[in-house]
Amino acid sequence: MTTTTSFIPARKPGLLHRVPALRRFVRHRLAMTGLAIVLLMTLFSVVGPWVIPFNDTDTDIRSRLVAPFAGVHVLGTDSLGRDTLARLMYAGRISLAVGLSATVLSMGVGVLVGLVAGFYGRWVGMVLMRFVDAMMCFPTIFLLLAIAALIDPSVGSIIVLIALTSWMEVARIVEAQIRSLRTRDFALAAQSIGAGSGRIMFRELLPNAVAPIVVAATLNIAHAILAESYISFLGYGIQPPTPSWGNMLENAQSYLSRAPWLAIVPGIAIMLVVTSFNFIGDGLRDALDPKLDR
Amino acid sequence: MIPVQRPPVLEVENLDIAFNTKSGTIHATREVSFSVRQGETLALVGETSSGKSVTCLGLLGLTPPPPYCQIGGSAKMTTRDGTVHQLIGRPETDLRRLRGAAASVIFQEPMTSLNPVHTVGEQIAEPLRIHRGLSPRAATARALELLDLVRISDPRRRLDNYPHELSGGMRQRVMIAVAIACEPALLIADEPTTALDVTIQAQILELLSDLQRQTDMAMIFITHNLGIVAEIADRVMVMYAGRVVEQGDVVPIFTAPRMPYTRGLLDSLPRLEPGRPRRSLLRAIPGNVPDPTAHPPGCTFGPRCDHFRAGLCDSAIPPLEQTAPGHAARCLRLDAIANAAGVSA
Repeated sequence: MTTTTSFIPARKPGLLHRVPALRRFVRHRLAMTGLAIVLLMTLFSVVGPWVIPFNDTDTDIRSRLVAPFAGVHVLGTDSLGRDTLARLMYAGRISLAVGLSATVLSMGVGVLVGLVAGFYGRWVGMVLMRFVDAMMCFPTIFLLLAIAALIDPSVGSIIVLIALTSWMEVARIVEAQIRSLRTRDFALAAQSIGAGSGRIMFRELLPNAVAPIVVAATLNIAHAILAESYISFLGYGIQPPTPSWGNMLENAQSYLSRAPWLAIVPGIAIMLVVTSFNFIGDGLRDALDPKLDR
Repeated sequence: MIPVQRPPVLEVENLDIAFNTKSGTIHATREVSFSVRQGETLALVGETSSGKSVTCLGLLGLTPPPPYCQIGGSAKMTTRDGTVHQLIGRPETDLRRLRGAAASVIFQEPMTSLNPVHTVGEQIAEPLRIHRGLSPRAATARALELLDLVRISDPRRRLDNYPHELSGGMRQRVMIAVAIACEPALLIADEPTTALDVTIQAQILELLSDLQRQTDMAMIFITHNLGIVAEIADRVMVMYAGRVVEQGDVVPIFTAPRMPYTRGLLDSLPRLEPGRPRRSLLRAIPGNVPDPTAHPPGCTFGPRCDHFRAGLCDSAIPPLEQTAPGHAARCLRLDAIANAAGVSA
């Protein structure tokens, strides 16, 4: 531990120097690459549709299944003559939005359950965590499909479904963190100045568990995007004509030999984004590890 | 000297704290009675696990909730506005309103008692925001005053520091600032200087007594360091295995201890005295504090006592007997031991 009692530099150094975790993250090459790809893909999906002259639902019967780089349709067209690039962009909006929203929702549920379980412990914690264990025992895919078959598929319901099957991991991480933070001296000190349970949970303990939560959230986005893809691929997810990367793959099935690009293009998009989020997660995990210089 | 009849801030009677564990009930304290008056410092002395910390935690309801920990007895606390509160058996929400406002605690480890993710300013402001409902701006302004009060140099800059940017002594000063933020009537200092080196210890002690003089608060000072007791305390309460074994004013305790355990504690202090060979061995008290699940019959100190007499000391738990006004000791052979000491002296 460095002693900074007598000497403190007069000017505040730059952000990168003050936050060692940020410095480590910026130096993590794979993570930075991942971040760049994610940002690019987001930009591509959000801004792209305004730039290109095609719409995701405009059909053009005269140019069906046109190969990529063969004309005005840069990435070719599908069986209805819809522009693949346009569909990829619109689908990106849906897929990324679903991934992000599902993650926010599952983080919310997971953090709350983990926080309450870890803080109160004893029978409250036991009941909650056994419930988490039980939820984890369900094979996620089958659960997703079973529920998806029962309810009306929409973007909203898909988000809720994915969130409901992915909050348990976070709950476990948070519970373990809070359970150990609960016994730390500052928790008792907070109690001794008259802080209530809510204040201790949210203001004193939770901020100390941010690092693992951020890492889990990043990895969770990748998982959610993937989950959306395979539900949509199996036909229970986002319903056509609304495109998503998953249902683009589904449409591509029947033309796999005649028009392989229809599968390859969204496939690459999914792979890129999911891999990038995983890299970011790894980078964050390394950067936020308190065992490295602090 | 403290005028004799200051109003009491805390009056504890027959405090019993018991923990229910899987291996049975453990009595952490039994029949602990004491009182602290305004502006007075009571030192709680004893070995590890003698029940001194748990006494204070129990009074403020910081021990685990009822099925796991039972607290009996009575503890009346008088706040600065003159209201008397019964602390034992009080619902948690009531106690929460008193903690940090009427009674505060300073803990032993300044390294871990501050939250690493909040700035010093935020942490000092917290009790003010909880109890006084101050706005963030007003709380920060008061935090600045408090930092100045606990003599931290350049307080304005320290306000935005995180705990890891401060030294141990400074952190303990911040802890003190947090504790006195709402001007409590009672300050409990649980070994506040144990984790600090000696020069810093002296500064912190001086700061605490100055603050006490300024705000006229009562202080309970938990320690096992008798040197500190001599310096800071007005009265002393010695605890052994969860019971009070001797209590009285600081001077009589040091010059004429009555209970053999107190005497043993004092004898085990290193001393430089003319006429005493420098390299002489310290007199240690033989043995260890008894296992809280298996106390010896009779006097709990019996097995370690030089004056132990079989058939007497192991037959009944001695009562806390008044030996002089304001002085009490728990020993069946008080007179015999005093006579023996008188002969040898």
